[in-house]
Amino acid sequence: MTMYNDFVIRFANVNGSGSASANGMFAKALYRMGIPVATRNIFPSNIQGLPTWFEVRVSEKGYLGRREGVDIMVAMNAETLADDVASIKPGGYLFYDSSKQLTWALRRDDITEIGMPISTLLLPEFADPKQRGLFKNIVYLGALSALLNIEFEVITGMVSTQYKGKDDLIAPNIHALEIGRRYALDYLDAPLPIQVRRSDGVGDRIMVDGNTAAALGSLYGGATVCAWYPITPSTSVAEAFEKYANQLRKDESGRRKFAVVQSEDELSAIGIVIGAAWNGARSFTVTSGPGVSLMSEFLGLAYFAEIPMVLWDIQRAGPSTGMPTRTQQGDLLSCAYASHGDTKHPLLFPSTPRECFDFGAQSLDLADRLQTPIIILSDLELGMNDSLCDPFAWDTKQRYDRGKVLNAEQLEEAGQFGRYLDVDGDGIGYRTYPGTHPEKGAFFTRGTSRDEFAAYTESPDAYQRNMERLVYKWETAAKIVPQAVVHDAGEAAGILYYGTSAAPMTETLDMLAEDGISLDRIRVRAFPFGEEVMTFLERHEIVFVVDQNRDSQMRTLLVNELELDPAALIPGRYYAGLSISADTIYSQVKAYFEVTRRPRIKRA
Amino acid sequence: MTFVAKPKVHHPLLPVSDLGLTRRDYEGSVSTLCAGCGHDSVSAAIVRACAELSIPPHRFAKVSGIGCSSKTPSYFLSKSHGFNSVHGRMPSVATGANMANRDLFCVGVSGDGDSASIGLGQFAHVVRRRINMVYIVDNNGIYGLTKGQFSATNDKGSTNKKGVPNLHEPIDLVSMALQIGASFVARSFSGDKRQLVPLIKAALMHRGVSFLDVISPCVAFNNHNGSTKSYEYVRGHGGSVVNAEFFARHEEITADYAPGTREDVRMPDGSTLQLYKLDDDYDVHDRVGALNYMQRRAQEGDVVTGLLYVDPNTFDCHEVLGTVDTPLNELNETDLCPGSAALAELNESFR
Ligand SMILES: Cc1ncc(C[n+]2csc(CCOP(=O)(O)OP(=O)(O)O)c2C)c(N)n1
Ligand code: SF4
Ligand SMILES: [Mg+2]
Repeated sequence: MTMYNDFVIRFANVNGSGSASANGMFAKALYRMGIPVATRNIFPSNIQGLPTWFEVRVSEKGYLGRREGVDIMVAMNAETLADDVASIKPGGYLFYDSSKQLTWALRRDDITEIGMPISTLLLPEFADPKQRGLFKNIVYLGALSALLNIEFEVITGMVSTQYKGKDDLIAPNIHALEIGRRYALDYLDAPLPIQVRRSDGVGDRIMVDGNTAAALGSLYGGATVCAWYPITPSTSVAEAFEKYANQLRKDESGRRKFAVVQSEDELSAIGIVIGAAWNGARSFTVTSGPGVSLMSEFLGLAYFAEIPMVLWDIQRAGPSTGMPTRTQQGDLLSCAYASHGDTKHPLLFPSTPRECFDFGAQSLDLADRLQTPIIILSDLELGMNDSLCDPFAWDTKQRYDRGKVLNAEQLEEAGQFGRYLDVDGDGIGYRTYPGTHPEKGAFFTRGTSRDEFAAYTESPDAYQRNMERLVYKWETAAKIVPQAVVHDAGEAAGILYYGTSAAPMTETLDMLAEDGISLDRIRVRAFPFGEEVMTFLERHEIVFVVDQNRDSQMRTLLVNELELDPAALIPGRYYAGLSISADTIYSQVKAYFEVTRRPRIKRA
Repeated sequence: MTFVAKPKVHHPLLPVSDLGLTRRDYEGSVSTLCAGCGHDSVSAAIVRACAELSIPPHRFAKVSGIGCSSKTPSYFLSKSHGFNSVHGRMPSVATGANMANRDLFCVGVSGDGDSASIGLGQFAHVVRRRINMVYIVDNNGIYGLTKGQFSATNDKGSTNKKGVPNLHEPIDLVSMALQIGASFVARSFSGDKRQLVPLIKAALMHRGVSFLDVISPCVAFNNHNGSTKSYEYVRGHGGSVVNAEFFARHEEITADYAPGTREDVRMPDGSTLQLYKLDDDYDVHDRVGALNYMQRRAQEGDVVTGLLYVDPNTFDCHEVLGTVDTPLNELNETDLCPGSAALAELNESFR
């Protein structure tokens, strides 16, 4: 029986061998055939030589989370061959370069071997060994097109666009594709019983990574100053911002309407952003966990001095340097309460590239409105992998919300100006940009205590009044940050998740439903938690809280902030560095219900 | 502490500037530093320099780190915004402020602890980034605000109040600034207004980082015998190598200042810097020569002051980055948002 559009294929390569482009074309080809795909790079902290894997989940049903087990292994790295063979699901396929014989020890009788003498085939074709190395990738792509029944024109079309302008590269690439395809058709059992066929599963969706989306959101949202220090997996946000700003943000004479500063460290990066924001420019920085640790002192200053700024934390596995190229949601607590003293920062949790785009722009509005740092917690899984999402959208009527800022005329009209006066009762004062008015509106910004008129004071009352006002402001924040997405069908139990744990959630719930377990769901999109989060948690007897960290940090945050009974919040955790899979969440929920059956029954 | 409040009324005899303002319009709130602290004299010199240049007193961005010195932006230019940030990080905040609005005069005040100890990295990097700012270090050789510990600029062998000598090599910020490529480098003394005021004026008119290391004695913790940062020591061992007189564009250039070989330097804004070399061997445009000279004289125990290096034809970070003339904080949706048609094209590129 032939199975269509439902498998996991994994490419095992050597870092720096040029496989990324061939593998990317593979995924894109399926996408262009209308088939839902999700890609995942599993790469080492290394530039050249170490093993790297690229995984594509193909799912007609649109399940785009990671799935355990590999159906087709394209094994191009001798060093990892043993493990790679072992990871294939029974009944799966091993595609390998048979120029060298597979050792007997590796053979499995529950999988199908597809050997193709790629190196031998290439020997007479390309004299330069380096070229042979690169074309190896293209040859297996050609072979896969036959084995999986990928429309060949889709791939050749892609080669032509990819090498536009470098036309002399097009012919040899297509030739290499044909070598692979020809061989597969002539000598192998192509196509396989697992294959693809054109579908309408993609719809209108685009295929992009979260970091590119974050950069574009920041660009559309009017960020003018970006300061950053390189760290995986956040680097590509700043690089993409600069790239697109260079394309889309220059004046007629080529001068830039933005400034990107690659600073000497993260302390400086956030200092620059704070200085720029204080002086009225929308500004942001991007980093990962280690950078957040360094930025902590400044985050406290920005909280207390009420500076609007945006910080993207593309999380990776900690603590310390941890696993720099593996994903995790490990920075919730360190970000929520970053810095000394009583500090709290609004957090946003994007789940898709589209949400990275939206939050990129929205966070700048929120920062200006709330006059405080907004931290966006993405992660490596979302930031660095291409995934499907709704196309980016921008309403041309949309205006930036620069928050409460008084210009010269408004200062003339205003009776008295007190930077930290709570005029509107929402805990947010009015600010002015430096240099606005010759006589009015100047104030001194400091991390030390001050009164409503920004004058230095160590008065206990004034200090406490100010700290209490910041609590009102926090309550205002809870009302305007993005609301959770709730699906409540009246079940007794629910599941709460955020960020990239959304990717496998539909599949998880479908798997559970097959076992008769129905869960309501809530996807939290921001901290502080809105009322809808409290309502959901109070209404359900138990709620599973899915975290991609060891210590169930979201659960801690919920218990701490909402004063809930911890016993009603069941931790679901995965933090080993790969993307969380439906199988993982499913088995943890199942295991829970095997012990306690109570809330499983559907409510009348 | 100097708690004598200065009334904000204009004295009829105070000179009125082109803007119809007097020096009072450039002052700040009452200083809470110790009476006699060198830092107050530096603030007074800033007030005078800005007033004499007739810069609108609200067009500054004052930034600082943490320390007695970093408190001083409160004590001058109260019509401008100020930002007392965190310890050692003034240069990054200044960088951001300057990125956001290139039209404001950016004045950063720091201490020797703030810049040479905790903030040495930021000091070095703001210099190499060429941020258009005046960077003043009130250098007293110790941490004033934490009560007198040695800072990194304290000379080896110089003693604390109890007579205990500093055992470590000093960091010379002037030499570092020269090495990293600062285009305006000066050392001065808080007790020498005659020298300091023209230097601050020239620094404000210079493009790029203008670095001023101002020896500014701490009367509470480092003004005793045995200290090389006391009033007495600097008066006894300090010597100017190049004196400067500053003439704004509209001012008549006169030449009545001290001896020495005279050289007129035109500043980018059309003002004139009149230099008087007191040592014929010294060339104020020779970076390497300046470094050698400073180091040789320092070994002899001398505190060389004056304008040490200037390259008037230089450029700043905005020119390096190629940013627009309009301050970035004035750009709006029309300038910044590429619009929905461009977004449709971007979406297409992701298909
Ligand atoms: C991160 C941090 N560490 C330590 C301090 C404590 N501290 C405050 S001021 C200061 C030293 C200031 O020395 P300097 O910059 O020379 O200024 P001065 O008071 O001498 O003018 C220190 C260590 C601090 N505020 N922040
Ligand atoms: S302690 Fe020293 S540096 Fe601080 S105010 Fe007093 S004299 Fe000035
Ligand atoms: Mg000091």
